[in-house]
Amino acid sequence: MLSPADLPPSFLHPECRAKPAQISIQDFNLWYGKSQALFNINLPILQHEITSFIGPSGCGKSTLLRSINRLNDLIDNVTVGGDIRMGERSVYERHLDVTSLRKRIGMVFQKSNPFPMSIYENICYPLRISGINQRSTLDEAVETSLRSAALWEEVKDRLKRSALDLSGGQQQRLCIARAIAGNPEVLLMDEPCSALDPISTAKIEELILEMRGRFTVVIVTHSMAQASRVSDLTAFFYLGRLIEAGPTQRLFENADCKATQDYISGRFG
Amino acid sequence: MFPFLRKQADAQAASKGNQPAVLFKTAIRIRSRASHNATEGVPWIWVCAGALVTILLLIAALFGVIISQATSALWPHSVVRIQQDQQTVIGVAMRQEEGTDPQTNERQMRRLVYQANRDFGINEFTFIPSAKLAGAERPASLWFVERREWGPFIGRIQTADPATAIDIDEKTVSNLVNEAAMRAAELRKIEKGPLADLNASMEEIRLDKKKIERLLETGKISEDDAAAKHAELDKQLTESLKSHAFLTEKVQQLRSVDEAIKVTLLAPNGQSKTIPASQIMRAYQPNSINIIQRMGLFFGRLWSFVSEEPREANTEGGVFPALFGTVAMTILMTLFVLPVGVMTAVYMREIAKQGFLVSLVRIAVNNLAGVPSIVYGVFGVGFFCYSVGATIDQLFFQDKLPNPTFGTGGVLWASLTLALLTVPVVIVSTEEALTAVPRSLREASYGCGATRMQTLWNIVLPKAMPGVMTGLILAMARAVGEVAPLLMTGVVKLAPALPVDTHFPFIHLERSFMHLGFHIYDLGFQSRSTELSRPMVFASTSLLVAIVLFLNFIAIKIRSELRKRFEGRGAF
Repeated sequence: MLSPADLPPSFLHPECRAKPAQISIQDFNLWYGKSQALFNINLPILQHEITSFIGPSGCGKSTLLRSINRLNDLIDNVTVGGDIRMGERSVYERHLDVTSLRKRIGMVFQKSNPFPMSIYENICYPLRISGINQRSTLDEAVETSLRSAALWEEVKDRLKRSALDLSGGQQQRLCIARAIAGNPEVLLMDEPCSALDPISTAKIEELILEMRGRFTVVIVTHSMAQASRVSDLTAFFYLGRLIEAGPTQRLFENADCKATQDYISGRFG
Repeated sequence: MFPFLRKQADAQAASKGNQPAVLFKTAIRIRSRASHNATEGVPWIWVCAGALVTILLLIAALFGVIISQATSALWPHSVVRIQQDQQTVIGVAMRQEEGTDPQTNERQMRRLVYQANRDFGINEFTFIPSAKLAGAERPASLWFVERREWGPFIGRIQTADPATAIDIDEKTVSNLVNEAAMRAAELRKIEKGPLADLNASMEEIRLDKKKIERLLETGKISEDDAAAKHAELDKQLTESLKSHAFLTEKVQQLRSVDEAIKVTLLAPNGQSKTIPASQIMRAYQPNSINIIQRMGLFFGRLWSFVSEEPREANTEGGVFPALFGTVAMTILMTLFVLPVGVMTAVYMREIAKQGFLVSLVRIAVNNLAGVPSIVYGVFGVGFFCYSVGATIDQLFFQDKLPNPTFGTGGVLWASLTLALLTVPVVIVSTEEALTAVPRSLREASYGCGATRMQTLWNIVLPKAMPGVMTGLILAMARAVGEVAPLLMTGVVKLAPALPVDTHFPFIHLERSFMHLGFHIYDLGFQSRSTELSRPMVFASTSLLVAIVLFLNFIAIKIRSELRKRFEGRGAF
């Protein structure tokens, strides 16, 4: 009988190191209180590629994602070990300005969470908190990001209306527009389609594909099909450990680890 | 397949299989009980619904009583004439009750009749057996006269010379009254305008003189300077006195014109009294007016009630100062309680580390809501008036001492005391509102790179605003109705001036004020005759209730606007 401690060591395909890493996760451990949620994660996230995190519920993929922009700081009793580096600097550096880090990393959440303001103000929010209030700059940013999020044509006549009047799919695209309005380098997406219908999901997947080459995208997903459709690289997590990471096609067609094969072929999870 | 994976899968399958089964069982149990004894839950529904209906009916009844009594107090009732024991009783029939006849010692229904005419040797109130009232006459020629002094008069209005006295017709009376009102308005304009200004500036000169003497004593200015300044002030004073004398003379002239125009009031008992026409505020013949005139009179009296100052130890006239005082104090309290309460709650919920100390503070805040309001009053007078206020007087109003300025009760201290009393409500509801702000919104804001303060200010607080408004509504409702702490911190039976006037600095927060709640208490329990002040008590009560409703209405309106804005139409 195998216990979690007997899991095979993480297997990183050489393609994961083919390019310079934008973010590199090094020996990363995380505890909620006394229970450990992440175990010795080592994973480079390549620049301008789309990386997806897959794995069964509770395997720590969302936790790892939220560790990258230190959103876990909001939760009491979280301790971390190891390091996540973005460029030359550590994300967990003692005197790091967390807000400026988060400005470089956009985030889209599982449940669309537009602010209770107008569509226009929602997009402006990341700019306004950085002290940008110039009308022309804001107008331009709103149009650019809404176009990037394929929402411009639908909302251009009602920018002053409440964002809460939009449909679920539109709200999620608005959140994407908001996340990229501040021109971040990295975009973190935490199951962005799990609450959406298939058509909205397709639209958002299209958006993600368009972002390849412009942003470094990390997407957590429950849908294997989605991971295979949108991502260049896939990382499979299980019980807080990284089991295997490599090119998506390779993982889905011929994974090296038995556990990955079983998960992807739907034999558990 | 890995054995551990199978184990995991088995465990999951087991839990998936089990949980619904348990739920299912429970559901069956509930349903079977309901179907076996279908009526089991029904009595409770009826009991709860009955309780709700009872409360609603009680509230409706309370409102009904207050409003009907208040309407009756302002309504121009007709006057009846009844013969009783060789005496003519003329007056307004009021409430009916069961009482004992003094002669026959029998129980009988009787009506209270208000005869007015206090200064004509007539009892203001008398009882008439209800049976007699049925055939009562309603003479059309009788007048009901509201006077500035001595209360209402019921009887006839005649020309001033008693030897050749004849009844005055309606048109002449109304002309007399209107002209007198115009003269009164002119007088008032002088007294409240230039004359009041002069008095204020003369008081200022007196204080300036005192200040110069003080500075001289402490050696801050030389004797020559002091003498020069004194001379300057004396010159101003002489000028002021001159214009004062001029104005006083003008007032005297107007008064003498006023005094010359007289009428005679002839009471039903034959006594008469000649008074200046200006003593009459309103006169009408209650038995000869039609319903439209009656309505007109009713609204006229209603307007006088809310817009005029009280007369006759508050038992007559209006309640404007009390109305103004109540609203001003409540608004002032809102200005204090809202920022302090919200900031406290924000600190406790958003900034402070949750732990023993914060819990302790939270319990203390909740307990504050249970402290008797009179205790707040005692604290208010001790802390605000006698400590803070006295210190302010020492520092800034030295020249007025020993007369206190801030060192005694005033509208500022009263509203601060009430703010203290109501701050727990605001804190508790703000905390609840902050807790209810979804975590996802905060995360979205932090995810954009916002700081804690930016998130709080831009996202959390606006979203919590409707909840804060709820707390504010509760606080306001409580503050408007509270009287006990005001007794000590600045409420008076009759305030000489409003807290707002045309003299610099226009808003005088140190002034004592009148309050409707206290007004009701004072009228109902401290006045010469409870029977006489009863209508005013009800009228004031309905006005107070109306203010509470009005203030709440505004707050609720604001809250629903906020809700609309922050929750959108298409909810999540």
